[in-house]
Amino acid sequence: MILFPKDEEFKMDVLREVGNIGSGHAATALSTLMDRQVDMAVPTVSLLPFESIADRVGGSEAIVVAIFLRIEGPAPGNMFFILRPGSARRLLARFPVFDDFEADQYSELELSALCEIGNILAGSYLSSLGDFTGLYMSPSVPSIAVDMAGAILSYGLMQFGTMGDDALLIDTIFLEGGQEADGQFFLIPDPESFNKMFQALGVPVE
Amino acid sequence: MIEVTLIKVGMADLNIASGGALLKTTGLGSCVGVTLYDPQLKLAGMAHIMLPLSEIAREGQLNVAKYADTAIPELIRRLREKGADIKRLVAKMAGGAQMFAFAGGGDSMRIGPRNVESAKLMLDSFSIPLAAEDTGANYGRTVELDSGTGILMIRSVQLGVKEI
Repeated sequence: MILFPKDEEFKMDVLREVGNIGSGHAATALSTLMDRQVDMAVPTVSLLPFESIADRVGGSEAIVVAIFLRIEGPAPGNMFFILRPGSARRLLARFPVFDDFEADQYSELELSALCEIGNILAGSYLSSLGDFTGLYMSPSVPSIAVDMAGAILSYGLMQFGTMGDDALLIDTIFLEGGQEADGQFFLIPDPESFNKMFQALGVPVE
Repeated sequence: MIEVTLIKVGMADLNIASGGALLKTTGLGSCVGVTLYDPQLKLAGMAHIMLPLSEIAREGQLNVAKYADTAIPELIRRLREKGADIKRLVAKMAGGAQMFAFAGGGDSMRIGPRNVESAKLMLDSFSIPLAAEDTGANYGRTVELDSGTGILMIRSVQLGVKEI
């Protein structure tokens, strides 16, 4: 699928910067929340076949904790904050109230706390994106699921589904203390949103 | 040791198998896995359907496996090519979950149930009976159809393995 027939490389760079600014603010929020240094990898922007998107988080059947928000406004899209179960547990362990837990189970309160953390991070991602583009970006009520990555992520691919078999993904990995991926932000703008973002940023569109 | 052939069906994809080979698709969320089986020939087909109706398609080259109303006829066509009799075909179905619960939310939030409804209408239009289903709820499923027996194995994170 060809999403950008013209200036593809430049447009991908612009989207990488969009991801960089958004996730930079989210990383700062996470760092404040955890009272720890949080590092962030350079965002990757790629047009991926539906089938390979779940590979970014360990494969279709890998169990992940995912907070999902629908972005509403002039440039709608889907946003996921994804944690591996171990990272979700480490994140919760920062809060003394959650010191008593079962390894593979999450209580309602724990899920609610994770959902709220995802909400705060996504909120800072989107508000910085809104400031940067001048486009109003309003997140929906967040929702959380602990399930197979394939089942979760396919939910964010519906808008691309009517266009082809690929989706454009802006992916940022967070690292805490130099370990493996602790959290991951997926931003999947709706196909129609790209031109709106480009226009808002002064990028010529066909 | 008996070697079992495993044929993977991707997202928005379909395939057929026989001779005891397994058809497998992973991570069904709101997508729905529809299987058709001819018990006499031990011939099986599976589609991993993503969207209910092809009329919403805006793609140049339509991927027929993606939409319920085009995937099921294509699957039937592929099975008949191999000698299946449409009168013998029985269907099973899994998936169509609503992964995220929102207060409110538009029609796109109901994509799972709509996929199931559309697939059932298609099966009905070919008078293919739905032998069993495990659809809806809010969790993901991985499914495997045994072309030797027609048994559909369903695996989920919360509920483990079940067979229909």
